[in-house]
Amino acid sequence: MDRPPKGNGVEGIGDVLVDPVAIDVGSLVRKTVTSLYSHLVTRPTGRAVRMAIETQLSGAGVTSLSLIDLSEVTILDFSCADEVVAKLLQRYLGHDTPDAFFVFKGVSEPHRDQIQVVLERQALVAVAETEPGRFELLGAAADAEGRAWSTLEQRGLVEASDVEAAFPDSAARSGLDALVARRVAFRSETSGRYHALSRLVQHLL
Amino acid sequence: MNVFPVPASLDHQTVDELLDSAATSSEDHTLFDARHVRWIDPNGMVGLLVAGSVVGERHGGSPRLELPESADVLGYLSRMGFFRAAEGIFEFDGRVPRRASSPSDVLLEITPIRANEDVHGVIDQVQNRAGTVLASTLGYPATAVVPFSVILSEVCQNIIEHADGLGWVAAQSYNWAKRLGRHVVVISVMDVGRGFRGSLTDEHSARYGDRWGDTTALEAAFLHGLTRFPDSGRGQGIQQIRRQVQRWNGAITIRSGAARIAQVPEWDDSPPVVDDLEPCPGAQISIILPAVE
Repeated sequence: MDRPPKGNGVEGIGDVLVDPVAIDVGSLVRKTVTSLYSHLVTRPTGRAVRMAIETQLSGAGVTSLSLIDLSEVTILDFSCADEVVAKLLQRYLGHDTPDAFFVFKGVSEPHRDQIQVVLERQALVAVAETEPGRFELLGAAADAEGRAWSTLEQRGLVEASDVEAAFPDSAARSGLDALVARRVAFRSETSGRYHALSRLVQHLL
Repeated sequence: MNVFPVPASLDHQTVDELLDSAATSSEDHTLFDARHVRWIDPNGMVGLLVAGSVVGERHGGSPRLELPESADVLGYLSRMGFFRAAEGIFEFDGRVPRRASSPSDVLLEITPIRANEDVHGVIDQVQNRAGTVLASTLGYPATAVVPFSVILSEVCQNIIEHADGLGWVAAQSYNWAKRLGRHVVVISVMDVGRGFRGSLTDEHSARYGDRWGDTTALEAAFLHGLTRFPDSGRGQGIQQIRRQVQRWNGAITIRSGAARIAQVPEWDDSPPVVDDLEPCPGAQISIILPAVE
């Protein structure tokens, strides 16, 4: 787990009292199964990797932001995508759980379909880097959520005072709040700013 | 003694005949007469293992297998790892050929599936060979090795998660020049476990009432993604396999118990459902992926 120093060079995130961490899933797979390759296949393997991620997050505090790196994973099957992506997200969406935010890195074409399918099946959404520097909202997002996410992603952050201007229609503003509730956008408790998750992990990419 | 003549061409079209025979064996001693086998594919080989296991389980001891007279067929069985997989299932009548030490042209030798490590082994094994076969023989994109591996992984996990019994997987490419005018890859995954109905009965039979049986159990899993697990993340494996096979214009059939269900493209005239087979333990899955036209 890479933990960067605070004040990581990204401007305008001083109100985000979280140290993002990067978790290399390929490395976790190699530790979990005896294989020359980083194949994330079979449900028990996925479960073991998810539990390893959860263990790493257990000391991360009340709020955390993790960059889950799938770049070194060669094969990802549906069972593992369900465990490592869908169930990981579900685990932290409950009321009595820490506020954990996730960005998935290395979701290239070979992995994308599996992740999209398991997210849709469980009515979840996730932020994923699908090409270097290009982020997408995957899963089951409502139209308003999708529009709000695209606007926020484009701007990087939106000041509390700029919300009405940036999201002129009320549906998009509701969508923005839904994104925060679904943990694919971050709203600072102290400043009221909305942050795109991709910007918060920029220094880890 | 039961004597079962093994069809001269033993593949996805004739393996039901063999399994039906095994499912109805009534004598303590059984001989599978494979002397006249001239052609056999992964469905035939893995089907033989299933048939031998079913007879052995039913009557105790190992049935006898009279080996093919064709040296080519014997050599091919050896290259596919049949004799190694069949140890303990059959007693062989005839001389088992030695395995060649040279590199094999086999896409995936017959591999027993008992635990998740076996699935990892299968996925590791196919990476290099599958990439070449899928791209140069079938004309699929270079990235097709990923969905191909995902299919193998999900279909093998079906044995571990649902069958509660031993199973095998094998795959090979063929030139179906006469049959289809194209190359194909044939994948066979079979087990001798509890079958789809056995896996689903506790959770789902009540809602089907009198209609519950092998056919409805297959439809529940194959068409509707039902699974014995309450977790909503389960049951998508077979659905996604069907989807990917359809994308490649391939065919998939699953036999379980006395029924067989199929998703077939226009080049395959297999019926979508067959429900008058002899009740055979486990599940037998065949996937055929054709070359791009």
